[in-house]
Amino acid sequence: MGVGIEVKALNAWYGSNHTLQDIELNIPANHATALIGPSGCGKSTFVRCLNRMHETNPIARVTGTVRIGDLDIYHDISPVEIRRRVGMVFQRPNPFPTMSIYDNVCGGMELNGFRNRRELDEIVERSLRNAALWDEVKDDLKKKSGASLSGGQQQRMCIARALAVDPEVLLMDEPASALDPVSTSKIEDLIFQLKSQYTIVIVTHNMQQAARVAEKTGFFLNGRMVEFDSTHKIFTNPSDKRTEDYITGRFG
Amino acid sequence: MTDLRVPNPVATTLQNGPSESTAPAIGQMPETSTPRGISAVRKYLLSRGNSSGSDRLFAGAMLLCALAIFALVALIAVELVTQSQLSWHAFGLPFFYRYNVDPVTHLPLFWDPVNGVFYALPFIYGTLMTSLVALCIAVPLAIGLAVFLTEMCPRWMRAPLSFFTELLAAIPSVVYGLWAIFVLVPLLREHINPILIPIFNAPILTRTLGWTGLFGDNGLFGGVNLGLGILCGGVILAIMILPIIASLTREVMNSVPNSQREAALALGATRWEMIRMAVLRNARIGIVGSVILGLGRALGETMAVAMVIGNSPEIHLSLLSMGHSMASVIANEFSEATSDMHRSALIEVGLALFLVTIVVNAVARILVWAVTRGTPARVQ
Repeated sequence: MGVGIEVKALNAWYGSNHTLQDIELNIPANHATALIGPSGCGKSTFVRCLNRMHETNPIARVTGTVRIGDLDIYHDISPVEIRRRVGMVFQRPNPFPTMSIYDNVCGGMELNGFRNRRELDEIVERSLRNAALWDEVKDDLKKKSGASLSGGQQQRMCIARALAVDPEVLLMDEPASALDPVSTSKIEDLIFQLKSQYTIVIVTHNMQQAARVAEKTGFFLNGRMVEFDSTHKIFTNPSDKRTEDYITGRFG
Repeated sequence: MTDLRVPNPVATTLQNGPSESTAPAIGQMPETSTPRGISAVRKYLLSRGNSSGSDRLFAGAMLLCALAIFALVALIAVELVTQSQLSWHAFGLPFFYRYNVDPVTHLPLFWDPVNGVFYALPFIYGTLMTSLVALCIAVPLAIGLAVFLTEMCPRWMRAPLSFFTELLAAIPSVVYGLWAIFVLVPLLREHINPILIPIFNAPILTRTLGWTGLFGDNGLFGGVNLGLGILCGGVILAIMILPIIASLTREVMNSVPNSQREAALALGATRWEMIRMAVLRNARIGIVGSVILGLGRALGETMAVAMVIGNSPEIHLSLLSMGHSMASVIANEFSEATSDMHRSALIEVGLALFLVTIVVNAVARILVWAVTRGTPARVQ
């Protein structure tokens, strides 16, 4: 089951560029939360702060508190441990090209020294079913390379890979922006099904997508969070003028 | 652009307008497309024709450059084969594996120019053994260096470290040889071998692993510790091929996209696990390729090895023993080869070196093929 995320006074920098300024946010457990905003507004940086991927860049810096469940991820726990609990799906599918589909999906399990063959088989099947990919790949799990799949299949495999370690939170950084409409709708269906079991944070450029999959929506602009509310309220009756301008297409 | 003091033909023509006398012959052009306003640039371009002649000339020249490679290889092979005919007819294929037995010492006798004995096995053995030692030392070092450079090196250290690695490749072979004689040989004799010899001759290893033949008096570290020999040749080769393998491996690792590293990190990989899963796995084909290139250099390397290998045509398993390599025997003896047979035998050794290099490359390529079979090397 997922856990909630509590963000307090979060600031992040790339070099001297102050990309996130004083973010305060409560993301509810077992729901999907969408983050929208124009390019470069800091929403990707924000999700990368939630699993401490931001700090893998040598010039990046971050301050503030992020609590996932009851853990303060910047003080109580190492980056490696938090990434085992928080799955991430990236904008472009990034399968391991030298590994089979099977090995791709259990990549995270293998890393953590999990070697029970029978259980691995089960986990791979469950994860691929959860990612709505099982029927398409079940016959050549170990024969085909992860890179031989189509773009949409690769992205669903990456979702399966993130689900295989049974994360508490699933972060998705524009998971469908590199995909065609059919694959996109499959990914959206997937998010819709998964959100009862996982806390999902999804960054998207596509406002219809946010409206379709998320209960809550946050609007980012120039490194600040302008508004965070229920998706319905954001898209029908935003309280901030800038949010209204953005969702009606006046800028961005 | 308004300053026209510099005589610029295009600008001048533009100012003066088109003049009939300088107009190029453009016979094929229909009359309608040459109005009075035609610009000098257009006139110039039209005057150039279809340029196909110069293009053909260029293509021909490039083809010639490419064919020159085949011609060179063929010429070298033909020369080696014809010049080695004498020894080939005298010894035949056994040139590469047979030996005489010394009537006095009853030891194998491979190579004795005075008495006309020419068998090449010790040189092949010496070349392969020194190269093997070199690879055993250089490959882990080079991969470690490349991993450090690409994955964990602090920014300020990166440029100097790369520079000095490349510098190693620029040092002439003979300088390495001198350094080996004055530094490496004493170092091995006084400090390193005294550590390795007891390890390889330890009673427990001799008893348990003696059957491998690698331990004890007749093993890898049996015999007299002179400093010179196969081990010394291998170590100096390792230093020489290290920069090639390291810099190529670094290039390959650099080309692994960052998204692969992020994929591994996001799954909860530690730094080492990320390097193993995302970097080394994706780069392995290129790493094998760079090792092959290093091996190629090790096999053919002459001077440094000739200066420290001991130059004695014998075969012993011990790395401490003196040996000889194919390249070093040619370098050492060619100028002193007085008999035709001696000369021809040396050229046949050269031919064998040529063939060994080809075989090693072929084997390495088969290896690459075996490693990559079924898994596309494509990284997006």
